[in-house]
Amino acid sequence: MSSSSSYNPPCAACKFVRRKCIPGCAFAPYFPPEDPQKFMNVHKIFGASNFMKLLNDVLPHQREDAVSSLAYEAEARVRDPVYGCVGVISFLQQEVDRLKKDLDAANADLIMLHSFPCHNVNHTWSRQNGRGGGGGGGVGGRWW
Amino acid sequence: MYRFHKLDKTTSTRCAVCKYFRRRCPQDCIFAPYFPNDNPHKFTCVHRFYGASNIAKMLEEIPVQLRAHLVESLYYEATCRIQDPVYGCVGIISSLHRQIQIAQSQLAKTQAEISVLDANFVVTNEPSSSLDESLVQQNGVDHGLDDPFNPWFY
Repeated sequence: MSSSSSYNPPCAACKFVRRKCIPGCAFAPYFPPEDPQKFMNVHKIFGASNFMKLLNDVLPHQREDAVSSLAYEAEARVRDPVYGCVGVISFLQQEVDRLKKDLDAANADLIMLHSFPCHNVNHTWSRQNGRGGGGGGGVGGRWW
Repeated sequence: MYRFHKLDKTTSTRCAVCKYFRRRCPQDCIFAPYFPNDNPHKFTCVHRFYGASNIAKMLEEIPVQLRAHLVESLYYEATCRIQDPVYGCVGIISSLHRQIQIAQSQLAKTQAEISVLDANFVVTNEPSSSLDESLVQQNGVDHGLDDPFNPWFY
C-alpha cells in the first residue's frame, strides 16, 4: 500500500532559481507557478532579496497590494527600460490635460448656446471621448 | 601642502556611489555622470529599491544619451515608493486614470447637452415652405426677405 502525498508545485520564484520550494516559502503566496513572468520581471528590476526587504517594510495585510504594484512597476520598466512607469504617468497626464481643454471648450460652447440660442456654435472639441484613458501607456490594465 | 592637495584629489572626485561604498572612483565609473557627490540622497534612494548592481546593468543596457533619463525616472519612482511604500508611483497612475474617467464622463454629458440644444434650434427654426408659397400666391409679393429669422432683416 503506497502512501499518497499531495504534490505542491514549486512557486515561480523557486522554479526560477531552481531550488526546493519549502512549505512556508515567503515568495509562494505572491508568485504562483502559473505566472512565471511576474517573478522574472521583479527579479530583473529589483532583485529577489531587495524585493523581500521592500515587502517586509509594509504591514502583512498590505503585502498583496505592494507585490502587485511592484510587479506593475517591474513590468513597466521591462517594457520601457528608460522611463518605466514615469512614461505611463507622462502619457496619462497629457491625456488629462487634453480632456480638460476639450471640457473647457465644450463648456464655453454650452454657455454660448444658453446665452445666444441662435448662435451657430463651431464645435472646437473635435475628438470623441472614446479615445484614450484605457491603455495606461501599454502596460497591463489589470491594476484598475 | 602637496599631501593636502593629494587628499582633496582622491576624495572630492569620487562619485556618490563610490563614496557610499568607500572605494576608489575610476575614470570610467559608470555611475559618476549620474550620481555626483553633491547629491548623496539620490543614490541612497535608488540603491534602496534597485541595488547598485541592478542599476549598473540597467545603465549598461541603454544608450549613453538616455542614461540620465533612466536615472531620473528611477529616482522619481524610488521617491514615490518612499512616500507610499504600498503603491509607490502606481498610486499616481490610478489617480490619473480616475481623473480621465471623470473628465470623459463630464465631457460626454456636456456634449449631449450641446447636441440637444443644437437639435432644438434646428427644429424651432425649420422654415415652413408651404406658408411662404401661399403668401406669394396671395399678394404676388415675395415675402421671403421679411423673414424675421433671416439675418438680413436686421
